Amino acid sequence: MNQVEPLGLTEPLDQKSNLPGRQRLARIWKVIFQVSTVIGILALGALLYNVSDRSFGYIALEARVQPDTLAINGTPLEEMTVEQLISVLQAKVSAGRFRKLNNDKAFEERTADEVYDLILEDVVRPKVVKTWSLTDSLLRRQQVLTEAAEDYPKANVLFRSWLNPRFVQAPQSSIPIDAGVRTAILGSLWTILITILFAFPTGVGAAIYLEEYAVDNRLNRLIQTNINNLAGVPSIIYGILGLAIFVRTLEHLTSGAIFGLVDPTTANGRTIFSAGLTLGLLVLPLLIINGQEAIRAVPSSLRQAAYGLGATKWQTIWHHVLPNAMPGILTGTILAISRAIGETAPLVVVGASTYITFDPDGPFSKFTTLPIQIYQWTSRPQDDFRNIAAAAILVLLTMLLSLNATAILLRNRFSRRL
Amino acid sequence: MTSISIAHPQTLEAVETTTNGKYAIEVKDLNVYYGDFRAVKNVNLKIERQKITAMIGPSGCGKSTVLRAFNRMNDLVPSARVQGEILFHGHNIYDPGVDSVQVRKWIGMVFQKPNPFPKSIYENVAWGARINGYRGSMDDLVEQALRGAALWDEVNDKLQQSGLSLSGGQQQRLCIARTIAVKPDIILMDEPASALDPIATLRIEELMRELAQQYTIIVVTHNMQQAARVSDYTAFFTMNEDRAGYLMEFGNTSQIFTNPKEKVTEDYITGRFG
Repeated sequence: MNQVEPLGLTEPLDQKSNLPGRQRLARIWKVIFQVSTVIGILALGALLYNVSDRSFGYIALEARVQPDTLAINGTPLEEMTVEQLISVLQAKVSAGRFRKLNNDKAFEERTADEVYDLILEDVVRPKVVKTWSLTDSLLRRQQVLTEAAEDYPKANVLFRSWLNPRFVQAPQSSIPIDAGVRTAILGSLWTILITILFAFPTGVGAAIYLEEYAVDNRLNRLIQTNINNLAGVPSIIYGILGLAIFVRTLEHLTSGAIFGLVDPTTANGRTIFSAGLTLGLLVLPLLIINGQEAIRAVPSSLRQAAYGLGATKWQTIWHHVLPNAMPGILTGTILAISRAIGETAPLVVVGASTYITFDPDGPFSKFTTLPIQIYQWTSRPQDDFRNIAAAAILVLLTMLLSLNATAILLRNRFSRRL
Repeated sequence: MTSISIAHPQTLEAVETTTNGKYAIEVKDLNVYYGDFRAVKNVNLKIERQKITAMIGPSGCGKSTVLRAFNRMNDLVPSARVQGEILFHGHNIYDPGVDSVQVRKWIGMVFQKPNPFPKSIYENVAWGARINGYRGSMDDLVEQALRGAALWDEVNDKLQQSGLSLSGGQQQRLCIARTIAVKPDIILMDEPASALDPIATLRIEELMRELAQQYTIIVVTHNMQQAARVSDYTAFFTMNEDRAGYLMEFGNTSQIFTNPKEKVTEDYITGRFG
């Protein structure tokens, strides 16, 4: 009668238990998780190392005409007046070239610095004959310098950061050392602007409809399933879709012809507008799904409270559901936009220009983007194109990080209000 | 003495006159379905004005469903369907053409778990009035509502702080303040103190007694002592074998708790089941 079984302790403690085995398994799993994290960090480190290794380092620069031979009466180029510089230029380039330069911008209006740059570009024409990686430049500096002196006695050996202010500001050029990414940066920014303007309101609107208004029936479940599937469709397929719809079918709209813009170079619809809309289509399913999840995460007690006070559905959504879902919506938007910025394949299909030297001046101009530019540079045979590709990758990463930082700041502002 | 009558029954537009009716709500043959399942069966009930009516009963007996039928909160559940009439000062709130939004303005609700908006204390109170088109001094209204909910002295120096920074009991009183700021006629309370400690519960109960001088209050509670302490009338709900809830007994609280007519009521009240 007093024989009550002790709670839990159905076997004596000294009996052989499986606890050490369970603890060992727990430790093994912990190690596995640590290894996964380390692999991730190593991959990231390797990426950064690889890109920086090419972005900086020694180069051997050979000039076609040595600058010191251009000196007039012992006055070096750097100290010449505008008139002297113009005369040097006129003496060294062909008459036709000189006339063309004059047509681009009259020489009377040019400053000494501008003319100096022209002389460097057209007369001195420095050429990179050899580049070294950052690792070599730092760790084997003496060897690099000896090698350079032996192999390229005429060359000027200097440490170059391929990523420099000029690189960011200069337009595309066929000479790597002169090339810059301004055109590509502007192209990327314009494209992403169109993408955001199109995809964000559409995505959030669809998410609100599906979560708050749509009733649970067969049709809406079908729509939901298809949106989920669309999120996994390869990006090249969106490119083909964009080509068919935006470039071909809606050519009048995307070329700007409908607004009276009949620039013959862009009239075929291969414009920033088409590219932005295509990327918008690409990220739309991501935005909808993410928006739905964010809206679903808003506690229903909040909706009930609002309805209980005599709020309409729209007042409830606008004043309570959306503000509370906004941090989540913005987080998803950051991820989706980051993906769009890095996309290359669909833009190749839609018709990004590979070589373009003028800045895009609106949604209806031809364009290139940073990933396209990088892709195009890496496929060139010359070594130094790979250096500028690496530098362009750093620019792309910086751009991505700063856009993300902006979005995170925005998100935190929304969260703090709560 | 606030009293209302309704000028345009279809839209429940109200004007300030005196009504002579004794009852704020009359329930006639109320049935509530969730899909095919009948959750509430043939409820007939008359709720007296400016009194506290408690609804008690075991879990799943449909008392919360009935409460939510009073301000058409069940409309938000897609599968819910209501049969019968609920007369609010003589006008059926389920008449086609009556806007449920308007119903909820007149019949406010306080929920089981305190659910202030993630906004400032001031905004919590002001929001409902503002969306209902209140034109007047918002500062005065907020103060009046917070005083009405016995919260003013505790929060008057921190109106701009988040409503979520308050304690549970304060949050619940904030929810009551926000409800009375809309100037409803009836306040529904769905287990308003079940998430609170005994002291906070006591304060809510005191507040309910004060509010009953002005408002009609219907409260669902699991706490029978609470029902006995605060309410004037008690409705005891239970359910039958097919799990449809129905009204077993209704009467004066003192009568229900001291001299119930039904054996089931007595068993429940004395703790023999439920």
